[in-house]
Amino acid sequence: MRSRPQSSSSINRLPSGIVATLVLIPASALAVFYAWPFITLMVEAVDVEAARATFERDRTWSIVWFTTWQAVVSTALTIVLGLAPAWVISRYSFVGRRLLLSLLTAVFVLPTVVMGAAFLALFPDSIDRTAWGVIATHVVFNLAVVVRTVGAVWEHLPHDMEHAAATLGATPLTIFREITLPLLRPAVTAAAAIVFLFTFTSFGVVRILGAPGTRTIEVEVWRRATQLGQVDQAAVLALVQLAILGVVAILSAVSSRRHSRALALRPSSRPLRARTPRAKALVTVVVLATAAIAAAPLVALVVKSFSSPNGWTTAGWTGLGSAEIRPGLSLGLDPIGALVNSARTAAWSTVFATVTGALAALGIAAAGRAGRFLDAGLMLPIATSAVTIGFGMLITFDTAPYDWRASWWIVPVGHALVAVPFVVRSTLGVLRAVDGQLSLAAATLGASPTRAWAEVVVPHLWRPLAVGAALAAAISLGEFGATSFLSRSGGETLPVAIAELLGRTGSLLQTKGYALATILAAATVVLVMLVDRSGDLSGARSNGADSADPDGVDRVGR
Amino acid sequence: MERIDVSFDDTHVLRDVSLRAAPGEAVALLGASGSGKSTLLRVIAGIIAPDAGTVSIDGVDITTTATHRRGVGMVFQDNQLFPHRSVADNVAFGLKMQGVDRNERRARAEAWLERVELGGFADRRVTELSGGEAKRVALARTLAADPSVVLLDEPLTGLDRELHDQLVDELARLLRIADATVVLVTHDVDEAHAIADRTVALSDLQDGGEST
Repeated sequence: MRSRPQSSSSINRLPSGIVATLVLIPASALAVFYAWPFITLMVEAVDVEAARATFERDRTWSIVWFTTWQAVVSTALTIVLGLAPAWVISRYSFVGRRLLLSLLTAVFVLPTVVMGAAFLALFPDSIDRTAWGVIATHVVFNLAVVVRTVGAVWEHLPHDMEHAAATLGATPLTIFREITLPLLRPAVTAAAAIVFLFTFTSFGVVRILGAPGTRTIEVEVWRRATQLGQVDQAAVLALVQLAILGVVAILSAVSSRRHSRALALRPSSRPLRARTPRAKALVTVVVLATAAIAAAPLVALVVKSFSSPNGWTTAGWTGLGSAEIRPGLSLGLDPIGALVNSARTAAWSTVFATVTGALAALGIAAAGRAGRFLDAGLMLPIATSAVTIGFGMLITFDTAPYDWRASWWIVPVGHALVAVPFVVRSTLGVLRAVDGQLSLAAATLGASPTRAWAEVVVPHLWRPLAVGAALAAAISLGEFGATSFLSRSGGETLPVAIAELLGRTGSLLQTKGYALATILAAATVVLVMLVDRSGDLSGARSNGADSADPDGVDRVGR
Repeated sequence: MERIDVSFDDTHVLRDVSLRAAPGEAVALLGASGSGKSTLLRVIAGIIAPDAGTVSIDGVDITTTATHRRGVGMVFQDNQLFPHRSVADNVAFGLKMQGVDRNERRARAEAWLERVELGGFADRRVTELSGGEAKRVALARTLAADPSVVLLDEPLTGLDRELHDQLVDELARLLRIADATVVLVTHDVDEAHAIADRTVALSDLQDGGEST
């Protein structure tokens, strides 16, 4: 912590008018497009009649039950299966270590719809629409959470801590149980909380892979609101989901407080090369198995985009421009059109998110307490399920003069809500590092606070903003939950089109769906890898790896 | 240990090194930092497998025996206390591994804490100890397990002068109580002479040099 003398910070401050403007613009956007719809949705949900109708249906309870147990099982399996790659990656140096980590990260950032499509492509028909299909997808999808969150702590545990236990007579298994696992426990709990949140609110994966018996609350909210026209019941369900998540969040906060200990983390222990034949074999097996599990769905996706019941075909790719199923019969869904819509939507939401995020970051850095409130407030959309955001906007902006549902900008705005925190995170760190001392140095050279700010602070924004923009574009391309509520017919984005195509029968449609999913996967991975390569994933993802901070790991595509 | 060879990647750290200690003898191994002293201890403890050579205790070849079956205790340079366990649970860890029951463990841990002048520290958290206290706990933890060989890796490095001198005497006394064979690694000649029966320079052992 750098403490600045009180006097200089008050004399050399930016004019309050500028600060107020910086804070007010993002704050109003948040109020109008997040808070208002959210409150509208909650008011809609507090309706005795609707609540009774919802809870009287057995279906409601079976959906709540399924959502919960599949999330618990998915989380448990993800943790158990994720510990092996977390161990190997954090403890050993081997050829392809970075590659394996990148592969797991690439899988993790894929849009949920793409992940669903990839597993639909991978599974034999017998598993496709079962609970186990959904769970297996969730596990592979979220392996990176465990590897990054737990691995970040694991690589800081000194090798000698385990050696010390061995010299005291502990077997390798005992060392793991008595020393390693207890020390990893806070990280494991944090990872479990994140995975539970993702799987409990799973939407895209379940839309693609789910069947009537395997629907999550999130999917049921969408179904009742948009397919069955039971808006009031959908609102009640959304509130139920929020309540359950609230309870889980409190439990996880209490548990992390209880188990947090002053673990003096040292600089990370150097990963060692496996020396004994047994260690070498174990590392090799874990690495190959992890790589196979992570790569198989992606390979299957590409293979299926070139397959038909009669063998190999390029029809899925060459026919992308046509909406016709058979000559003269049109589906009313144009894959190339969806591609164009997605590109346009992503461009606009990137602009909205980057501008709002930049103003917000500058405001937060300059405004002190009000800035912290804004910072926390802007994070809320990430913690809110995508369906809740889309649903709230759908029922709020449907009456004049706020009948904005049909506006071209409503979908980009919805995406930008989720993307802004990523822009803020990537920008704020840089800003805080630059602000203060450098501005003061400029002041001693005769620059006014405003001038110093413009000359010294603002020029540092371009790089983090570029990172934030790339993340915003990736988020927009993959966003499915909110878009499902907000996109109009003819305005389908890629995820919506993929879900539509894969939901129909007919092998050509399926093939086209897989081809679109391949394109979306490639675009997302390229964007995120660009960010990763720039070495500055600061706010968005690598926080999870650096500090095991649960807020640091978030899904880019929802 | 006889004719030990260890190399990491391209660096040959130990070349044909042999060292013999009589039962109950305390040997100090002197050498500059980076000379391979720690590596030698790690070979004896089984943490590093030598590329060539053998390690034996009481005539039994233990070169391929896992660390936890060797009965070799080690005090690490940075102690490596288990941060999630209390002082007493750290000291009793080795006894727990031997299957000693809870009450007995507690009693023996407390006895060792008395010996290292930390009576009343049993339920403290190890993260709250001072440097000297942590070192004493690490020593008690190793000795409480009653190992036949005790390895000490720069045990008193990093402590301030006064504490250092005080602990040198204490360490010598405790090692006599423990009645184990001791190999101490240090770069401090005075410390070596104060604690050990015999002092050897690692550089004399390299390339087949004999110590007597």
